[in-house]
Amino acid sequence: MENSFVTPANYKKWYNAFMGVGALTLILGIVFLHPWAGSHGDNLNSTRFWAVLLQNSLYWLLLVNVAVFFIVISTLSMGGWQEAFRRVTEAVGSLLPVMAVITLLIMLCIILGHRTDIYLWLDKDTVSHDKILSVKKGFLNPYMYIVFSVIVMGAWTYIGKKLNKFSRETDEMGPMDFDTSRKWNNRNMAWSAYYLVLYVLSIGSLAPWLWMMSLEPHWYSTLYSWYTFASTFVAGMALITLFVIYFKNQGQLEYVNKEHLQDLGKYIFAFSIFWTYLWFDQFMLIWYGNIPEETIHFKIRMQGPYAGLFYLNLILNFIAPFLIFMKRSTKRNYTIVTFMAAAIVFGHWLDFYQMVMPGTVAKSPHLSWFEFGIALGFIGIIMRGVAKFAEKTPMTALNSPFLKESIVHEV
Amino acid sequence: MIKRFVVGTFEEEKVLFPAVKNVRRAGYKIHDVYTPYPVHHLDKALGLRETSLHTMGFIYGLTGTLIALGGMGWIFAVDWPLNIGGKPHFPLPAYIPITFELTVLLSAVGMTLTYCWLNQMMPGVKKHHFSPRATDDAFVMVIELMEKSNEDEIKAFLRDNGAIDINTQVAEEGWWFGRYDQEQKLYRTEEPVIES
Repeated sequence: MENSFVTPANYKKWYNAFMGVGALTLILGIVFLHPWAGSHGDNLNSTRFWAVLLQNSLYWLLLVNVAVFFIVISTLSMGGWQEAFRRVTEAVGSLLPVMAVITLLIMLCIILGHRTDIYLWLDKDTVSHDKILSVKKGFLNPYMYIVFSVIVMGAWTYIGKKLNKFSRETDEMGPMDFDTSRKWNNRNMAWSAYYLVLYVLSIGSLAPWLWMMSLEPHWYSTLYSWYTFASTFVAGMALITLFVIYFKNQGQLEYVNKEHLQDLGKYIFAFSIFWTYLWFDQFMLIWYGNIPEETIHFKIRMQGPYAGLFYLNLILNFIAPFLIFMKRSTKRNYTIVTFMAAAIVFGHWLDFYQMVMPGTVAKSPHLSWFEFGIALGFIGIIMRGVAKFAEKTPMTALNSPFLKESIVHEV
Repeated sequence: MIKRFVVGTFEEEKVLFPAVKNVRRAGYKIHDVYTPYPVHHLDKALGLRETSLHTMGFIYGLTGTLIALGGMGWIFAVDWPLNIGGKPHFPLPAYIPITFELTVLLSAVGMTLTYCWLNQMMPGVKKHHFSPRATDDAFVMVIELMEKSNEDEIKAFLRDNGAIDINTQVAEEGWWFGRYDQEQKLYRTEEPVIES
């Protein structure tokens, strides 16, 4: 079996088409949605433009970040089973710098463009007259936002590259003896531990509060970050699964078999339930307490224009994976896993849509050409980045000390 | 039921696997293979069917869900409706935690009991031990003697396939309640019962 990947012309055609659609949508958006029209007045198209860009960039950024996080947790827990497809995870993770730059650009545009329709707390006048917002001033301000985003994304990228470099080193090192592999693993573990601390401090707490929860600055939920984490984690695992299946179909990943596929399916199954658990946690406490300043978050989602999506979200992200992935045989079926993984990536994209839109375009949401076009553009970027990584790197890390464990993996 | 068994002990996995394959191909009925630890792929080599434990788990879980929702729904919405904090009479979100707990409880307890039943384990339940080494350092293959089986032929076959310490035992096949020493005595000292 081949261990060097040549991107098929068909694949190239698709990602070029997706990226073309994305670029075209962006241009059409700039022409028709008047992004520079300013946030005053009721120019909702302008708000929609930035909200969609923010939703998509954050979603796909956190998704590729999950790929690095997956490597980190499997390294720290001394996992071996993922070694057969570890390079696919690294390929997805290698997009982190690209996504970080795109996201930062969009964030800078929103902050410097003074888009108070996106982030209400950018308006100093409103903040000084608002009791709740003036208390949150120390956290919700442009300096905090920019500095935090740059530092966090920079650190993610730096450590992601570092871990990637360690993995690439094994290709030149040849088979390792015990001492070398232990040294290699220790270094890997140390950097993974740094990343984990950073990840928990960013995705596990501050980042989603700052980037997404502050779209509705009067409302807060401490669980919001974990909820976002669960959402991105399950969708990220689905994305990795899709690429694993693709590379397997292309004759790469010699040692990946149904055992690995079943464990990936289990990941999606388990974290779909975890996501539901956190979703329900957040929902039930607010529903039960029935305090107006908290229920406002769900009022617009359950009774407003988002009602359909609200229930679709639960069906797509909980009921479908729960019932379909419960059986062993479905987790071992390539077709069903491909279908479900794609459905979950889409389902959590809708979830992010619901997190961002009610706080920005509020009662007049759109789900049409601009939303889907931008999403396709991001998918194209990810597909291209993964293929470029795969062309430069052997897709099976043959000298990895854990590879044997992955080959004999059985569930 | 009391049956006669030929017991062969293997000391290595790589001898055991071809032996299992050969014995099955020769048409002898393997009663079971006892190993000190779970051996990968042995279930497949033995041709065991997939367990039905998870199907039962799903059924138990569903029962728990229905009991919880039905019970609370009947009590609070049909039999004795109360106004609790202005909530509806069938407040689904408030019922979810209890439903979840009952689902987990019933499927866990049900599956534990089913597992015990399938493995014939229960407090007080005893089974015949074919070889004490099965829990220590050896793999013990037990072949059931049928009406027309040739005992010597099976013993020779096992020996050819690398088994050591081959013997014939007469034992109760299933499980029983009681003490080991009595039961062991009962079957060990008696003359082998030849089934006609």
